[in-house]
Amino acid sequence: MTETLLNGVTQALNAALEMALHTVPKILGMVIIVAVGWVIAMIVKIILRHALNLVKFNVLCDNVGASQMLTKADLPPPTELLARLVFWVTWATFLMLGISTLGLVVLQEQISRFFLYVPQIFVALLILLIGILLANFVSRAVLLGMVNANVPSARLLSNAVRMFIVILTVAMALEHIALAKSVVLIAFSIAFGAVMLGLAIAFGLGGRDVARRFLERQFTEDTKGEKDEISHL
Amino acid sequence: MAEESVLSDELVHQLIAVGEVDILVGVPTYNNGKTAGQVVRAVQVGFLKYFPRERAVLINPDGGSTDGTPDAVRNATIRDYRTLMTSQPLRTLHRISIPYHGIPGRENALRTIFAAADLLRAKACAVVSADLQSVTPEWIEGLIRPIYKEQFDLVTPLYHRHKFDGLLINNVVSPMVRSVYGSHVKEPLGGEFGLSGRLARSFLEANLKGGQNVRSGVDLRLTTSAIRDGYRLCQAFLGPRIHAPAYSEPDLTALLQQVVGTLFECLEADQSYWLSRTGSNAVPVFGFEYEMSLEPVRVNRERMLQVFRTGVREFASILEPILSPDTLAEVQRLGSLDDVDIRFPDELWVKTVYEFASSYHHSAIHRDHLLKALIPLYLGRTSSFVAENLEIDSREFEQRLDALCLEYERLKPYLMERWTLTR
Repeated sequence: MTETLLNGVTQALNAALEMALHTVPKILGMVIIVAVGWVIAMIVKIILRHALNLVKFNVLCDNVGASQMLTKADLPPPTELLARLVFWVTWATFLMLGISTLGLVVLQEQISRFFLYVPQIFVALLILLIGILLANFVSRAVLLGMVNANVPSARLLSNAVRMFIVILTVAMALEHIALAKSVVLIAFSIAFGAVMLGLAIAFGLGGRDVARRFLERQFTEDTKGEKDEISHL
Repeated sequence: MAEESVLSDELVHQLIAVGEVDILVGVPTYNNGKTAGQVVRAVQVGFLKYFPRERAVLINPDGGSTDGTPDAVRNATIRDYRTLMTSQPLRTLHRISIPYHGIPGRENALRTIFAAADLLRAKACAVVSADLQSVTPEWIEGLIRPIYKEQFDLVTPLYHRHKFDGLLINNVVSPMVRSVYGSHVKEPLGGEFGLSGRLARSFLEANLKGGQNVRSGVDLRLTTSAIRDGYRLCQAFLGPRIHAPAYSEPDLTALLQQVVGTLFECLEADQSYWLSRTGSNAVPVFGFEYEMSLEPVRVNRERMLQVFRTGVREFASILEPILSPDTLAEVQRLGSLDDVDIRFPDELWVKTVYEFASSYHHSAIHRDHLLKALIPLYLGRTSSFVAENLEIDSREFEQRLDALCLEYERLKPYLMERWTLTR
């Protein structure tokens, strides 16, 4: 009886020891992969930061007004932001690799899905980045053009252009990562349709006089305003 | 040979038929049918009256006119030589009208003229705009004689202008060329100029390389590179410059981008020259300067100030990376004043221009946007300039312009400091 009990305990202890001996290296492996991943991610971050500084990425973002936008949002400069983003994505990749070494069947599938998803996230982020840069650039161009042409409500038009491009970009990015695809599409269609309809009604009914004056100004000779005769050249 | 790629076979054939010349005058045209004939006659009378013994040719590079300009050039004749106090010309009055290679534009037209001058070994050349009503034979003498007889290399024009004509030239271009390049050239981008054969050759070889804006402001680039390379400069008084009634100046946005953009690009290209230079030199003037009253011009100050106020208010975030905090605060203070109180002082204006120039150099924001952001400030300054100088006579006005130029010179170290600042 005692012998049977001892055998049982010994077997259980052996099994536990065997399992521990089997698992500990895996955990150690995971820790090593995660640590090495952190070092690699840091190196990638430093190299990327230097490379972006070399190609004057900050100046490019200044040019299109992205830096000012980030400053307003209390975010770091574009070079730092991109470097940090790449660091986290790289390290997260190593983290997933480390976890996969544990051989947990439940996590394996999720991890492989994550790896399939990473490129999509990158492309979506790229779409978002380009979209925001474009929105800033175009809205600033609109503002400059409208103010210089002495068009009223220049800021309103400029903001409308920016919002339109940002909404379009966000919808494209979300569609790319297939996140609530149909919801995004329907929401975008409804929102866009509503804005256009609202504008049409506002301009056609509320701004009837403004519309008339605008069209008159466009297609008839301006006789009221005194024209300049000065020459700049 | 540089001219081989510029001149068409047909033009080379015609030029060879003319042979070597002493004087060449270029009249670039593009739909100038109404005035081109008169300009050509003025040039020919200029040849007869002032250079009767010299071999001369008139070249008309045309940018593809559809209004019969080449015919107007070819058919322009002097009907009665007796009015010129001469019986018959001693030499043949050569005239060539031909379309030029490449995209229609002043740059290609000038290259054709310079290449022709090089091929014909012309000693002196001149370029005259075809859209003017006020060209006289004396203009040809004024532009050619200092080169032909006095060995100058570049003759820039001096026009008789209304106080409020050429506001961009008076407030930005001329004083900046004076302070930066150290040369008192009053019209650095006048459409008319004279140049020596060697300078024409040098321009042709240099190919006037530059950015997009330099292509449209080529006249300014010619002047600044002649100063930089140490050529002998002088100015010739030509009298009033009157455009054909159909002429309309490009809109202010395009104008500022072409002219100020070119100026800033010139500064960038020539920084090794001007950063080590101080002081300025007067440029000799030829011709008889006379006083005459010009028709008053209408100025809508209200509209200018409206754009100024809106610009200062709406462009705050755009101006932030361009202007220094002090300058921006002062400009914003001006924007909050009543119309009658707005006075844009010389010092503030010069600092504004210099800060825009250095921000253009450092690409603080997209360069096209930067130039557009200058427009409201320029209109604010212009409006103030008009109000301040409304009642004064031409002598006092000249003194004020000189004071502005001196302010530009005084603050040149400020430009140099901001220019060399590492971002």
